[in-house]
Amino acid sequence: MAPASTGQESRSRDLDKLLLRPGNLVGHNFEPGPGLRDDLKEYARVLVVGAGGLGCELLKDLALSGFRELEVIDMDRIEVSNLNRQFLFRLEDVGKPKAEVAAKRVMERVSGVNIVPHFCRIEDKELEFYSDFSIIALGLDSIEARSYINSVACSFLEYNSDDTPQEETIKPMVDGGTEGFQGHARVIVPGVTPCFECTIWLFPPQVKFPLCTLAETPRTAAHCIEYAHLIKWDELHSGKSFDPDDPEHMKWVYDEATKRAELFGIPGVTYSFTQGVVKNIIPAIASTNAIISAACALETLKIASGCSKTLPNYLTYNGAQGLHTKVTEFVRDKDCLVCGPGVLVQLDTSITLQKFIDLLEEHPKLLLSKASITHRGKNLYMQAPPILEEMTRSNLSLPLFELMGEVPKDVVHATGTTTKNDKKTSCLRKLRVIFKGVDVITDVDTAGES
Amino acid sequence: MIRLFKEKEKLRAQNAIGASPFTKQSAGKLRLNKDMSELNLPKSCSIHYPDGKDELMNFEVTIHPDEGYYKGGVFLFTFQVAPIYPHEAPKVKCKTKVYHPNIDLEGNVCLNILREDWKPVLNINTIIYGLYHLFTEPNYEDPLNHDAAAVLRDNPKLFESNVRRAMAGGYVGQTLFPRCT
Ligand SMILES: [Zn+2]
Repeated sequence: MAPASTGQESRSRDLDKLLLRPGNLVGHNFEPGPGLRDDLKEYARVLVVGAGGLGCELLKDLALSGFRELEVIDMDRIEVSNLNRQFLFRLEDVGKPKAEVAAKRVMERVSGVNIVPHFCRIEDKELEFYSDFSIIALGLDSIEARSYINSVACSFLEYNSDDTPQEETIKPMVDGGTEGFQGHARVIVPGVTPCFECTIWLFPPQVKFPLCTLAETPRTAAHCIEYAHLIKWDELHSGKSFDPDDPEHMKWVYDEATKRAELFGIPGVTYSFTQGVVKNIIPAIASTNAIISAACALETLKIASGCSKTLPNYLTYNGAQGLHTKVTEFVRDKDCLVCGPGVLVQLDTSITLQKFIDLLEEHPKLLLSKASITHRGKNLYMQAPPILEEMTRSNLSLPLFELMGEVPKDVVHATGTTTKNDKKTSCLRKLRVIFKGVDVITDVDTAGES
Repeated sequence: MIRLFKEKEKLRAQNAIGASPFTKQSAGKLRLNKDMSELNLPKSCSIHYPDGKDELMNFEVTIHPDEGYYKGGVFLFTFQVAPIYPHEAPKVKCKTKVYHPNIDLEGNVCLNILREDWKPVLNINTIIYGLYHLFTEPNYEDPLNHDAAAVLRDNPKLFESNVRRAMAGGYVGQTLFPRCT
């Protein structure tokens, strides 16, 4: 057996080639040397969202790429059907939280790595929790969850008065996704590269069958399953909502779907296909997860260390027919409500909401007439429908500063109509409101640096 | 970015980063607000927000058809909007038990723009108009209530009287309908 120290050296041997040597393709501010390797261990905190097929790979890859402070969040428990690809889990782990088992297994195998598991929903954590991480790596399979994490990461982003992002407020994300033999890896640097919302159209909406087809003219096994799931369930369980994670519910849907398929002479209804249709699961392939995860881990390392320029900015992988990878540079939606800077509006604290709405009509960058205003999910004023107009009308005479909780600056959203080339179009705009003469409260310790 | 991470970590260790006022807004909620602020409903439709003026993701729409078979009736629909709206259509249910070819007794509604033909450019206004038209122009070609559809197709007079009976609170076949006028 070699002494422990030699083991340590050999473990980072390949990593050292990237971190200890200068290069021509490095990122800006790259400072190679053992100090960098140590800083990565000490100061780079990475959150892995999801401990499923992709999450297991990511956690292992990041741990082996020199990151030492990792956390993982996942709300699911291990199921038997996970074991073929979620390689950190064993038969005796079935029923245990994925995050906890994944963290334990990687810590057992990679010495020195510290992984904190969080067995909960991503929505259960405060924004401050996410704020603590240097980089967020996503191994998710749902659009909802991606959209949520994206909005969280983008909420930390602040812009300078010239609409350039403030570097210290940027929370980079690395997003991986796989469906069968296809996958993607992308780098999201809010304010620099397109965020998830800028390019949500990349994700095709789920196919939804017409209800009347399900009720009257089923032609496929999926039709029979959706009939049982969407129509028959309601008919026989008045009020009780269907829980896709309850095996008894799933079995009931499967049995009903089988009966219906027999009635119409349709083949192909199986229990696992029922699960697939109801939960919208596309079969996962272990090798695709491994490839996509490797790309994501490498990008995470590149963002943190600067050892190379990052992927610009969306990699697609297709292993179904031959093998094909491609990198596409998507562009930001400059008016994106989630990651965009919005239009800067400077105001006196005495301005009433009514006066503010009038100002938006004259603002050269907006020319927004009949605006409705929302602040942090609160509707300050709604032009329609009449019932909401009535409920919000009394705010019009109040100072906006007061309505916004007397903060020196914050984001509000306005919807209204603008006239472009003599055509009226409706639009929704993000506004960065700054109140004049109100000091931004800064913590004493950090005041000197800003 | 390691230098930035390092600075931040040091500040964090000193507990020097105070809780900043983050603003997280789901794009779906913002888009729904836009839809609401632009609502332009026919007189026969009204909207309610059971959870108040700031919780618009769950709301109710009442339709009072002013022509056709269902004139004089009052029909309540619930809408559930997902955070990824308009990527996904709202979930709509009819809470009033109705004798209708395109609405089943559980309140499922067969309206193409709620499922297979939903597109993010559509909005809440479009859906409400679509629902309204189901009452002025029920059609037997997309049946969810098979019996009602067959009667509408084969015997519109009988369909009309069945609708009247159901709306007044009575039986059509084996099914009892509560009064909704
Ligand atoms: Zn964006």
